[in-house]
Amino acid sequence: MADLRDDAPITTSKRSDRIVEASENLLERKGDTLVGRSVTINRPRAELYAYWRDFTNLASFMDNVERVDSIDDITSHWVVKAPGGKTVEWDAAITEERPDELIAWASTEGADVPNSGRIDFRDAGDRGTVVTATILYDPPAGFIGKVIAKVFQREPAIQARRDLRRFKQLMETGEIATAARTRKQFEEETA
Amino acid sequence: MRALAWHGKHDVRVDTVDDPEILNPRDAIIKVTSTAICGSDLHLYDGYIPTMQAGDILGHEFMGEVVETGPRSTLKKGQRVVVPFTIACGGCYHCGKHQYSACDNANPADNQDIAQTLYGQPMSGLFGYSHMTGGYAGGQAEYVRVPFSDVGPIVIPDGIDDDKVLFLSDILPTGWQAAEFAQIEPGDTVAVWGCGPVGLFCVQSAFLMGAERVIAIDHFPRRLELAAKFGAETLNFEESKTYEALMEMTGGIGPDACIDAVGLEAHGLFVDNVWDQIKVSTFTGTDRTHSIRQAIIACRKGGRVSMPAVYGGFVDKFPLGAFMEKGLTLKTGQTHVQHYLPGLLAAIMEGKIDTTFLISHRMPLSEAPEGYKIFHDHQNDVTKVVLKPGLDRVAA
Repeated sequence: MADLRDDAPITTSKRSDRIVEASENLLERKGDTLVGRSVTINRPRAELYAYWRDFTNLASFMDNVERVDSIDDITSHWVVKAPGGKTVEWDAAITEERPDELIAWASTEGADVPNSGRIDFRDAGDRGTVVTATILYDPPAGFIGKVIAKVFQREPAIQARRDLRRFKQLMETGEIATAARTRKQFEEETA
Repeated sequence: MRALAWHGKHDVRVDTVDDPEILNPRDAIIKVTSTAICGSDLHLYDGYIPTMQAGDILGHEFMGEVVETGPRSTLKKGQRVVVPFTIACGGCYHCGKHQYSACDNANPADNQDIAQTLYGQPMSGLFGYSHMTGGYAGGQAEYVRVPFSDVGPIVIPDGIDDDKVLFLSDILPTGWQAAEFAQIEPGDTVAVWGCGPVGLFCVQSAFLMGAERVIAIDHFPRRLELAAKFGAETLNFEESKTYEALMEMTGGIGPDACIDAVGLEAHGLFVDNVWDQIKVSTFTGTDRTHSIRQAIIACRKGGRVSMPAVYGGFVDKFPLGAFMEKGLTLKTGQTHVQHYLPGLLAAIMEGKIDTTFLISHRMPLSEAPEGYKIFHDHQNDVTKVVLKPGLDRVAA
């Protein structure tokens, strides 16, 4: 069979088995569903890295994340919104970091949603910085799985795309765009 | 406050809704003094634009007085401003290139999915123009929340009447950009399809940019009369054959540049228009496109086609062969309003551009539904309706 390999990112492959290769980039592999997404942000690499590296900032632009608490320099505790006003929680630890360049993490044992991933920051000349998120997660089976799917609005790729857009808005404009007219509408949208 | 809300095809109402509030640091609240009904609002009125929701507040041509500012707004209370219909952040790559209508950030993140799916990339937010462009409440209201108020609104010096500057919000820069996109060279003949407000501003702009002749095409005598006042030669397509006339008027060459200022509601008695209407109503095609087809066929070889007209979806019977074989250039897009504001305000203040001739009707906001109806039904006499919320305040 002809070799169909190309230079496109593995996350855009039509073949599902290439997920194994994608996970080779992660020191620790947790999860079997892959999401990859890049966004170009018109800010310096170091500034973006610093904001992301403080995990307690992440809830400001990740829609489903209620809060992230810092346990120590490498471990964090995640509280994520679930339907019916409930939450699911897990701990995650940084598995690799290179200042201004890379942050990789994996959930620790017993996580409700085993997950791992990496955020890469690459210079893009006068366009700023390309930020690439690569996330592996493991939607658990059964009832819990259904709940979790709802947590991620059934489509983690969409959520990742929207979260990265919000990160870009926050970094480039200092705020997250909203079309709400009143505070009441705004609170309903972000609830 | 009172605001003009869309409720469905040919159903717009003045509703009482909650006043807007400052939500982000760069916001400002504007108390509207003048707001116009745009030809593209009629696309919403006629139900051609998808992703509208009942209760959406319309209006993207407006100006007014700053009454409240967020901590990072650069505006001051009491200033009079004209607000661009395109919402732009000023901080992204595209804003840096002055491609404001391509702003990455002004369209809220969740809404961007719609345009990303349909167009490949999301465009900027627009006021009062469906949820695909952000779902922002529009300016046909007493008050408007204006995001990124440090980038968009232009401050108007005291002593200049609203009527002179209101159209900086959309149609004047849109007409100017369309003429600029036509890359007019001295001695050129420019043909303009559609003598609505944008077309008429194209006529004025084309002459200012050095066109020797402008041929204005429409079928409303009143509109052709206005075009003639600015020096255009007129072509009434109900009276004359458009292609044949353009060829004869240009010695068999065709116009050097063609501007389609009609768009998806091209009116006229053409067989393919009727066919287009059938397809629109049966969802097999979204846009009615007679004027752009004609512009491509009439344009001289190696000429330029500029398309300020609004299109939203897919078309067929697009004369791609003629476009390629004749080596035409087509340039289009929503207007990068912020880019043109300082220059056009100066041109108005120097008396080089007049916009007041356009206004045929001034009404209080409470009569906005009537304004839509007459603008829709009587396009010959109703060239522009300007709503003045202040007239309601005086009456009350």
